[in-house]
Amino acid sequence: MANDPIKQFKITDIFTIGGAGEGETGGFEIAFTNSALFMVATVVLISAFLILTTRGRGLVPGRLQLLSEMMYEFVANMVRSSAGTEGMKFFPFVFSLFMFVLIANMLGMVPYFFTVTSHIIVTFALALLVISVVLVYGFWKNGLGFFKLFAPAGVPGYLLPIVIPIEVISFLSRPISLSVRLFANMLAGHITLKVFAGFIVTMGSAGAVGAFGAILPMFMTVGLTALEFLVAALQAYVFALLTSMYLNDAIHPSH
Amino acid sequence: MASSTNTSDGTHATTEAYGGDHGGSGVFPPFDSSTFGSQILWLALTFAALYILMSKVALPRIGEILEVRRDRIEGDLAEAERLKQKTDQAIRSYEAELADAKQKAHNIAEETRDQIRADLDEKRAKVEADLAKKMAVAENNIRETKQAAMDHVDEIASETALAIVTNIVGRTAQKAAKDAVAKVVKG
Repeated sequence: MANDPIKQFKITDIFTIGGAGEGETGGFEIAFTNSALFMVATVVLISAFLILTTRGRGLVPGRLQLLSEMMYEFVANMVRSSAGTEGMKFFPFVFSLFMFVLIANMLGMVPYFFTVTSHIIVTFALALLVISVVLVYGFWKNGLGFFKLFAPAGVPGYLLPIVIPIEVISFLSRPISLSVRLFANMLAGHITLKVFAGFIVTMGSAGAVGAFGAILPMFMTVGLTALEFLVAALQAYVFALLTSMYLNDAIHPSH
Repeated sequence: MASSTNTSDGTHATTEAYGGDHGGSGVFPPFDSSTFGSQILWLALTFAALYILMSKVALPRIGEILEVRRDRIEGDLAEAERLKQKTDQAIRSYEAELADAKQKAHNIAEETRDQIRADLDEKRAKVEADLAKKMAVAENNIRETKQAAMDHVDEIASETALAIVTNIVGRTAQKAAKDAVAKVVKG
């Protein structure tokens, strides 16, 4: 059972609020799960770090304050370069997304910790939030001109019947690709890691030869752990970068 | 792992169904729709809290820190530039004054030299004129004296000649002696 690579993704209730014992109102019961716990932990960690390290408002930053400032400037540069100065009004949104995904992924790398982003519903909700912001802002700012997004400038008229459906489909698939990319990366990475780690235990318990054979999966696990840290950071970056680019579409729909 | 006592709740029935089991039975946890509601709710709450904390507290603060630093650096650079310009200006005015003073000194020297030369020339001219005058007077004197001497010579000669003639001849013929002398002088 310790070997089961799926169990790490299981949602368990820690406690529930309301609705206890009443069958009719059961739908209103709120369960505080391990997933919710790690969401709270993620938010608390991010907020505490950023707020506490910048408390001194040092003109010459300390190490931790510098780290906070680097995070800020990293995301700010990303938003500015892909969505322009106008996109900076979405900077807090992109920053929150980036930090949430990054810290949730990183917390997931700690053994026995739950990975919030390994659940499709979480990543899909985040992706849907991004697309909703893009749609609402796009229509609010450009009105019907937002539809120009689907007809790139400079495309000859006879190609439009082909190009427009492609653009529409690519737009509609954005929330799916955005969410599945993050979800699948985290899920697959954690399963692989768990499977290889499980090999070590299984082979190690199978006598001397097995213990010797366990060296290979051991190295694999070490390598995969490093790779997973890279993936965790990279996926957060990709998620935030794509968000910035989609927001750019909402700000400047005519490519 | 049947920790939850809530069995009447449909939302979590599935969760508990494989609660103490491994993933082999039941739904693959990420696709278990019974947990979706709870996850979306907590995600919405936590993400909203994060967004508010970031946009209201953390990011304005970091932005302010960066801005203050940028302003400070720009201010310091501007101040340095201002001081540099001031220094340059001081150097320029110093050099201008130095050149001016040099020019002035040169002028004064030139003026003094000219004055001295003029003075010298004037004095020399005066002295030379004086000398020329004195020389002319002296030459005049000499000429007069010479003339006077010459006149006396005639007289002396005629007297001497008369005396000699008187001594020799015993008579005097003053008029003849004078004529003879005059003839000799002329000759």
